[in-house]
Amino acid sequence: MPSPRYTREIPSRYRLEAGRCKGCGKVTYPARTICPSCRGEEIEKINLSPRGKVVTSTVIHVPPDDFLMEAPYAMAVVETPEGARLMTQVVDCEPSTVLPGLEVSLEFRLIRKEGKSGILCYGHKAVPVA
Amino acid sequence: MREVAIVGAGMTRFGELWNQSLRQMFVEAAAGALNDAGADRVDSMYVGCMSGGQFTGQEHLGPLMADQFGMTGVASVHVESACASGGVALRQAFIEVAAGVSDLVLAVGIEKMTDGADVTNVLATAADQELEVYYGVTFPGLYAMIARAHMHTYGTTEEDLAWVSVKNHRHGAKNDKAQFPTEFTVEQVLSSSMVAEPLRLLHCSPVSDGAAAVLLCPLDQAKQYTDRPVKIVGSGLATGSLALADRDDPAFLDSVQKSGERAFKMAGVGPRDIQVAEVHDCFSIAEVCCIEALGFVERGKGGPAAKDGFTAIGGCIPVNTSGGLKAKGHPVGATGVAQAIEIFRQLRGEAGARQVENARLGLAQNMGGSGASSVVHIFQGV
Amino acid sequence: MAGIVGYGAYIPRKRIKADEIALQWGKNPETIKRGLLLQEKSVPGFDEDTITISVSAGRSAIARAGIDPQKIGALYIGSESHPYAVKPSGTVAAEALGIGPEVHIADFEFACKAGTEAMFVALGLVEAGRVDYAMGIGADTSQGAPDDALEFSASAGGAAFIFGRDDMVAEVIETYSYTSDTPDFWRREGEFYPRHGGRFTGEPAYFKHVLAASRAILEKTGLKAEDFAYAVFHMPNGKFPMTAGKQLGFKKEQLDTGWVVPTMGNTYSGSSPTGLAAILDVAKPDDLILITSFGSGAGSDSFVLKATKRLPEVQGLAPTVRSMLDGPRQYVTYGEYAKFREKIIVNE
Ligand SMILES: CC(C)(COP(=O)(O)OP(=O)(O)OC[C@H]1O[C@@H](n2cnc3c(N)ncnc32)[C@H](O)[C@@H]1OP(=O)(O)O)[C@@H](O)C(=O)NCCC(=O)NCCS
Ligand SMILES: [Zn+2]
Repeated sequence: MPSPRYTREIPSRYRLEAGRCKGCGKVTYPARTICPSCRGEEIEKINLSPRGKVVTSTVIHVPPDDFLMEAPYAMAVVETPEGARLMTQVVDCEPSTVLPGLEVSLEFRLIRKEGKSGILCYGHKAVPVA
Repeated sequence: MREVAIVGAGMTRFGELWNQSLRQMFVEAAAGALNDAGADRVDSMYVGCMSGGQFTGQEHLGPLMADQFGMTGVASVHVESACASGGVALRQAFIEVAAGVSDLVLAVGIEKMTDGADVTNVLATAADQELEVYYGVTFPGLYAMIARAHMHTYGTTEEDLAWVSVKNHRHGAKNDKAQFPTEFTVEQVLSSSMVAEPLRLLHCSPVSDGAAAVLLCPLDQAKQYTDRPVKIVGSGLATGSLALADRDDPAFLDSVQKSGERAFKMAGVGPRDIQVAEVHDCFSIAEVCCIEALGFVERGKGGPAAKDGFTAIGGCIPVNTSGGLKAKGHPVGATGVAQAIEIFRQLRGEAGARQVENARLGLAQNMGGSGASSVVHIFQGV
Repeated sequence: MAGIVGYGAYIPRKRIKADEIALQWGKNPETIKRGLLLQEKSVPGFDEDTITISVSAGRSAIARAGIDPQKIGALYIGSESHPYAVKPSGTVAAEALGIGPEVHIADFEFACKAGTEAMFVALGLVEAGRVDYAMGIGADTSQGAPDDALEFSASAGGAAFIFGRDDMVAEVIETYSYTSDTPDFWRREGEFYPRHGGRFTGEPAYFKHVLAASRAILEKTGLKAEDFAYAVFHMPNGKFPMTAGKQLGFKKEQLDTGWVVPTMGNTYSGSSPTGLAAILDVAKPDDLILITSFGSGAGSDSFVLKATKRLPEVQGLAPTVRSMLDGPRQYVTYGEYAKFREKIIVNE
């Protein structure tokens, strides 16, 4: 990933910065300029709690080349207590145990590497709550 | 608005076409459509292709294809809506003819997927790069999450999904253009290798090359080209959120419902009136979601439709008589046009062993991404 | 007076058993387990490195300190496995922890002593009044060469400490550093695995520095071994810290709590700091604690700390070291370990 784009996305990836619509309360991750539910433009910045619940999930057995070594790995849509939903890998567990309803916490992890010599790209992954 | 008809169709076989390049496939399909109609010119062309750029390094397909087709000078433009590119090309052609801007417009869908690109990665560009792909999700992975949500919410089973593939391969076995004209059993589907849980290899459409073309003109000029034109009576396009996480119900495809409603409204018909349909079964679960969103079955009741024979040839509403994306193949940009060709053949009574008797009204639904765009056309035999 | 106002640790959940490594190389597992006193060690996943470990430990430290991370004026990460050769680990960690941009950042390297080095400098800045709070972290995902004794110990983990002048959980009573040029263990630029001097790493390196620093700080403070509730010494294996502790007059009961190496392995820059975190997890007000690190090359840092009344209030605010050591674990095979540690040559 090119550094300029990576740098722009740091606040949402590193600190889970999101937006809440002051009009209707809709939370989007990351924050948007216009609320997707009511088209309101007054959006306040919030930080998502680093935990949530699996809405739906899968285990990827045929990955893109960049993730070849990690397969099979679980991925899920996770909903945080604020109502934001995000796509994430679920790690440090048996992938097949990641099913809807699972409680997870979000931890800071290395997400991908730009080859052997490019930048390292960080963000959050989910880990089942013990 | 003028009434619009399809008067000719042409397509390549779908599959791994090692000896044909993107441009060669285009020419074969486009020439096939013109020959079919006995036409020797076009006024305008739409080239639907998801990613000539990433699959083959080639962009600027509008003029390239016009040139290769010996038609340098005609209006020709590339349209893109991921896997719905072909359907959107058809819609653009329809609108141009309906608007009276041009008389003879060619809609072509093409894709060359086997030239060595990291296909999984290229396909994933149709998902949200910032929110989904960054974390390693794949297309089969997104549909697998839709499948799991559907199973979780509505009790759909892996066997239900397997039946979609079994049915479509039964249909596809009768299609000489199909990439996999082979029948499979439920057991074979359920024991094929895992791609993204719960989806296995035989729940997935394959990686394919191919091209498909249809020629459109105003209905009142159609008789110059064919005795049996097929009218396009409805066209609807709709969008949904690109990221799966942004959808309230990940098991329901809003864009498909909206595009269907728009097309039905334009045609003045409803789902019960449709006698044959091609829907976007890039994965078995997609067919389940699409027949629900189009109103062929109730929401949540799509699971057993294939198993019950409801969507098989001879059933209430035969779906994917061509074999669907599953058996026929899914050269992504070509798919939407190829679906229209299947309905064109069905409504003209030219579908051979897979003919649906007395089909007068047909529907084709083509979708991009994990359902972020959907385009529906309704056709009527004349 | 300054001291620790918040602390946190992180240990990856993946583990490999000493038996698994021994059998891979045709060694007798019992000899290893008895000789080095190592049962298993933590293994970082593809997605864990010094930066992610620092962030996880740092978040726990901030949670325990209960402060606004914006007030942290300096962040130092000590490690011998910074993911970038050029580009600081600290900048990534700071952004993730919500620290800065008004912050001073540096990455430290001093073999296994880089963590206490970071703590030492953080403490110094706070004591000097330059900043209100400073964070020092020791974290590593170290590599031991295949079929080397180090492979049984080199592991992953780390601990973070926030220093401040108010609301301390442990006051720093005294510090002491002892350093000399001793090439007992090193890794040249561009090399994947470190090299070491075998038995030369013992008496002339580890013991010389650890004992000298510890004796000097005891003398400086006028304290004796029996005055301490706990002590922790750098843990390159299970045996060295116990031997050093006993030579200094400490009893097993004083050493056991911080002696996390048998199931964690040697987390290098994170080793003695994680031992300290394990002690802070259970210490009571007024308990005296001695920590002495060791870094090859070589040197030792010693700290004498005294737990405050606030410590018990914060212990439960983040995961304890024990809960991570004994909690959910995923055991990997040697093959998986080789894959996770990128010891296998793959196509680009
Ligand atoms: C399903 C998929 C991952 C399989 O790829 P793969 O694991 O690399 O499989 P291979 O290419 O190794 O094929 C293995 C065998 O199965 C066959 N095969 C491959 N895909 C198949 C499919 N979808 N259906 C039936 N057979 C298939 C191959 O011909 C091959 O058979 P052979 O050994 O007799 O030659 C790949 O086809 C795919 O990604 N499909 C989805 C495409 C997609 O996402 N499209 C966009 C949707 S919107
Ligand atoms: Zn709103």
